[in-house]
Amino acid sequence: METKYISQSGIEQWFDAIVTSGKRVFAPVNSRGQVDFKPVKKLSEVADEYIQTTQSIKASVYPKAEVLFSYEKVNGKVNLTDFDPESVPETVLWKVHPCDAAGFKPLSAIFNWDTTDKLHNAHLAKTSVISFSCSAADESCFCTSVNGSPGNTAGSDIQLTMLPDGGAIVEILSPKGEALVALSPSVFVADKGEKKEKYLVDLPVRFNLEEVNAKLNKAFNSTVWKEQSERCLGCGACAFVCPTCACFDIQEDAHGSKGRRIRCWDACGFALFTLHTSGHNPREHQSQRWRQRILHKFFYMPERLSVVGCTGCGRCSRACPVDMNILEHITSIAKQ
Amino acid sequence: MSSNTDFEPKIIAFVCNWCTYAGADLTGTSRLKYATNVKIVRFPCTGRIDFLLLLKSFAQGADGVIVSGCHPNDCHYTSGNFHARRRWIAFRSVLDLMGVDIRRIQYSWVSAAEGSKWADLVNNTVADIRALGPYAEYQKVADYLEKEGYNEEA
Amino acid sequence: MKKLRERAAELLSQGVVSLVLGYEEGTKRPRPLFCRNSVNAEKLIFDSRCIHNLAVYITKKELVGKERFAVTAPISTLRSIMQLFVENQLNEEKLLVLTVDLNGELREFTTFDEIAAYVAQFELKRGEREQELLSKIEGMTREERWKFWMEEMSHCFKCYACRSACPLCYCSKCVVEVNRPQWINPWPAPLANMEWHINRAMHMVGRCTACGACGDACPIGIPIDLITRKMMEDMAPEFGYIPGQPAKQGNALSTWKLDDREQFIR
Repeated sequence: METKYISQSGIEQWFDAIVTSGKRVFAPVNSRGQVDFKPVKKLSEVADEYIQTTQSIKASVYPKAEVLFSYEKVNGKVNLTDFDPESVPETVLWKVHPCDAAGFKPLSAIFNWDTTDKLHNAHLAKTSVISFSCSAADESCFCTSVNGSPGNTAGSDIQLTMLPDGGAIVEILSPKGEALVALSPSVFVADKGEKKEKYLVDLPVRFNLEEVNAKLNKAFNSTVWKEQSERCLGCGACAFVCPTCACFDIQEDAHGSKGRRIRCWDACGFALFTLHTSGHNPREHQSQRWRQRILHKFFYMPERLSVVGCTGCGRCSRACPVDMNILEHITSIAKQ
Repeated sequence: MSSNTDFEPKIIAFVCNWCTYAGADLTGTSRLKYATNVKIVRFPCTGRIDFLLLLKSFAQGADGVIVSGCHPNDCHYTSGNFHARRRWIAFRSVLDLMGVDIRRIQYSWVSAAEGSKWADLVNNTVADIRALGPYAEYQKVADYLEKEGYNEEA
Repeated sequence: MKKLRERAAELLSQGVVSLVLGYEEGTKRPRPLFCRNSVNAEKLIFDSRCIHNLAVYITKKELVGKERFAVTAPISTLRSIMQLFVENQLNEEKLLVLTVDLNGELREFTTFDEIAAYVAQFELKRGEREQELLSKIEGMTREERWKFWMEEMSHCFKCYACRSACPLCYCSKCVVEVNRPQWINPWPAPLANMEWHINRAMHMVGRCTACGACGDACPIGIPIDLITRKMMEDMAPEFGYIPGQPAKQGNALSTWKLDDREQFIR
């Protein structure tokens, strides 16, 4: 790992160099009154002055809907076209928040816990992450409570910390990061010895993760789930904006002698998610589905995959139509 | 002639079993010639024709759609076509709001005795759709998935 | 507000109702509160910020239980409750409706007719946001409307918050869950999303009371409430109903008239 300095004009040059290299660049763009990741060609398109994008960057490595394979029957013979990892273009994610970058680890842990997921891994291999440390947060942010921080470099290939002069401290964190720097090496100059911590937002720790974990260990039959989930509408908004939610559905798109198999997002909050063909539903009530969501992120994943399934980005709380505030709910569990 | 002379419109007709299907049959037995662009799908009643079928036709490559059944008061099930008519009014309004080209859906009443009306209906609809051209706008987005990638523009 | 809290506490402590569905302060704005005892009644609030449509909960038996319950309802919620009555989804004996009128007085309703008489004083008008967006859409050519909605639909990821937030989407099995045959593609893609929203609009014809809960719930800000609202406005003269005044005359699409407009039929 190496630390450098880049000036404001250097950032512009470097960004242009990345675009010119032919890589797809996704960055937060302000459109339709929302800030979300979109393909961009110019630095001027990138949004400023926002706390968080509505959706996480997850879709870059786990698309909303993706074709696993397609088939066609021609003259009695079936031609199968498998997913081609080479079809995934080189992608750079620009201005990712540390909480999003940290989401890649839990996401990959799920996709590779028994068999390795070819699609997800292909996307991940082709993706470079340039994160920006956070100088601002809102009341929904709580990364510091889930092993993160506004300057957390986990999951990033490069992290920029913006300085008042428009330049930035550049932390080059991986070979992928080095390759990006190599696209425009002259704009990276010697580190000026500025302390990154000075420019990070101060975000107090709101709950103790071990304490929550210990409480959850005994909470399966608690009444807390029903109490907390009464107003939950059972939509999938929280899951779909989450950087680590990985529930998916497999669907057939069949048309006569040809078709394709599609993997698309699903959510454990949907009643249909666990409904059996027999009609039996092991998670019949919303309270059970809410319990699953919390336990999966804060108990099952730490236990089985050694990683917390929440990065504290706060998107679920912001997206929820009925203010199911995860921070508030976890804090109240910790206090019980 | 227009530039669409080479374009042969694909038209799907959703018709009721009791009137329009019998009417179309009469067209044939009366040896009336009409455009071959139409593929007929027979339903028990116009009341049974789900509005989404019309959209599915466009998604699968149809350039125009005909929906036809018994004249008012002639429904085999008494009121199926009255219910259908209400649904069409609403459906046209939704589609227009969403920007779907409602000129491509032709509604009609064709009775079992109106073999020549059926031939005229098909011929006129084919001419109308020929003038409008292929419904590429709709078909383009029907198979959008691969291109979608990550919120990518088409 | 004080009167509402007192009355709610009274209703609960006297056992008149087992639950008061109301609002409490939330993180950014008021949120639904399931108030089951008189102590919690202190949390109840009711003001112009309380826009969430609580009627969405009152058809869920597992939440409201078998006992009589009360619901606090601003005008938009009252309209939904009326429509639910029209559709025979509610029982007058089980429901007590509380609202605070323009003079700050607490009002209580137990029957459809009482609610209807009260709601009749309020004309359903477009708000500033709806007016602005709808006149923009109305000013577009057909091609522009198609582009506008396809762009909007390309953002939809099918979380179905619109469906979940709608008090009238109470079907135990939704049309999008029909998979034999696969009717509406369950994966998010612009056309599949469009099909879903057209379906939603068709199922809401003559039923939607324009409470705006669907648009409000959409996490990615698609103005989907405008689709059903516009349908409500446009179909009212066609089918002879007053927008926002559900009447027990049968839903628009479950009935018909001999002289329904048919100039578009050849």
